[in-house]
Amino acid sequence: MKTETVLLVHSTTHAIHFEKQFSLAGIACQMAPVPRQLSSDCGVCVRFASADRPRVQAIVDESRIEIQALIDLV
Amino acid sequence: MIYFDNAATSFPKPASMVEAMVHYQQEIGASPGRSGHQLAVLAARLLYDAREMVAEMFHADDPLRVVFCLNVTEALNLALRGLLKPGDHVVTTSMEHNSVMRPLRDLEMGGVELSVVKCAPDGSLNLLDFEQAIRPNTTLFVVNRGSNVTGTIQPVREIGKIARNHNILLLTDEAQTAGAYPVDMLEDQIDLLAFTGHKALFGPMGTGGLIIGSRVPLNDWKPLKSGGTGSASEREYHPHFLPDMFESGTPNTIGIAGLLAGMRWIQECGIESIREHELSLIHHALAGLHEIPGITICASSDFENQLATFSFNVDGMLPSEVGERLDRDYGILCRVGLHCAPAAHHTVGTFPVGTVRFSMSAMNTRQEVDTALKAVKELAEEARRR
Repeated sequence: MKTETVLLVHSTTHAIHFEKQFSLAGIACQMAPVPRQLSSDCGVCVRFASADRPRVQAIVDESRIEIQALIDLV
Repeated sequence: MIYFDNAATSFPKPASMVEAMVHYQQEIGASPGRSGHQLAVLAARLLYDAREMVAEMFHADDPLRVVFCLNVTEALNLALRGLLKPGDHVVTTSMEHNSVMRPLRDLEMGGVELSVVKCAPDGSLNLLDFEQAIRPNTTLFVVNRGSNVTGTIQPVREIGKIARNHNILLLTDEAQTAGAYPVDMLEDQIDLLAFTGHKALFGPMGTGGLIIGSRVPLNDWKPLKSGGTGSASEREYHPHFLPDMFESGTPNTIGIAGLLAGMRWIQECGIESIREHELSLIHHALAGLHEIPGITICASSDFENQLATFSFNVDGMLPSEVGERLDRDYGILCRVGLHCAPAAHHTVGTFPVGTVRFSMSAMNTRQEVDTALKAVKELAEEARRR
C-alpha cells in the first residue's frame, strides 16, 4: 500500500522553500535525506503522506520551480 | 568614545546579533545544503529565513532570487562582470564608489562603453542629464542610492521609470541605504539590488548580497566562481539555477545568522523610526556645523535627501589632522580622506585632499552630536588662530 511520497528537488534551498509552503498550506511534511535508490544527489527531499500528493502537485506547479520528481514510496 | 564611522561599518551592533552568531556556532554549526541530517536542515532553514527576510525588507517578490555574497563589492562585481558584454553601454553617476567605478573601468578597457553623468557639487543628480546619456546600445544603469561621502540620496524611483521606459536594466548600490532608508525593489523598479550586511543592516562583516529581479536574463550570465553547491552533485558541470549558481562553496552561515538577527532588530525598531531618528541627528549636526565659522560642509542641499552621513572640512587644517585630533583628543572616531570614492570627491570639489566624514547610525545620540560639535568648534578656532 502506498503511504508516503517524496518530492525530489535540485537544491536544498528549494526543499526548504517547499517545506515552508506545504506547512503554510497545512500539509504535514518532513525533510529527509534523499533515498539513495532514488537519486545519487547528496541533498534533502521533502516527504509527505501520499494522500496529499494532489495538493503538493498544485503548490509545485504554482511555484515555477523545476523539480526532479515526485515519487511514491512503496 | 564616540563612533561616527558607521558608513565604513556599523558599531556597536545589537546584542541579539552577537547572540545569534554564538547560538549558531554552539547549537547548529553544520553546513547548510550539504547533508540531510537535522543540524544541516536547521542551518539550511536559517539561510532560507534570511533570504525571506531580505526579500521582505526590500520588497522583492522571490526569496530564491536573493543571492548571498561576501559584501556589496562582490555583489556589484557579480552583476557587472557577469552581465555586461563588449559593445554594451552603461550609464552611471559621478557619485559612485570605487566598488562600482573600478569594475566598470576594467570592463571599459574590454569594450564596454561607459557614460558617467556628472552630479552637482551637493551630489544630486539631474535626471534630464541622466536620460540624455542613453544610447541605442545602453543596457544598464548603475546608481549609488546613497553617497558614502555626502550622504546625498538619489531619486531611484524616477530613474527606475526612465529605465523601464527605455527597456534598460537598473542596478542599485544600496551599501549605505539598506537598513537606513526604505527601499522598495518593486515600486522603484529595480532589477538588480546590491546590499551589504555589515553597515546599516547591523550584520557582521562578510555578509551582503544581490537580489535579482525577474526581468534579468540568466541565460548568458556566467558566475564569477563555480564549485560545490550541494545540488546536482552527480554532474561535473555547474548548475544554472538560483540561488545555487552564484553561491558555490560553503556559505558564511554564521555571518548570515548574525545578519538575520540584525535585520530582525531593524524590523522591531522599524525602518521609518530609524530614519526619523537619523534625520533628527543629521539636522542637529548640520545646523550646529553651519554656525561654526571656518567650516565647509559637503552634504545634500535638501535635508529630505540626506543620509546620516556627511563630510566637512575645517579651514586651515587638513582632514588628516582633524581626524587625528578628533580621535586622540576627543575620542571621536571618523574617517578622513577620499573614502574610496575619488569620482565623488571630484564632483564635490574636494579631490585630492578629501574631507572629514561623520557617519552616524541608529545607535548614535543627540548628546554625541553635541560633543562632536563642541570638538569641531574648538579645532576650527585653533585653526583660525594659526
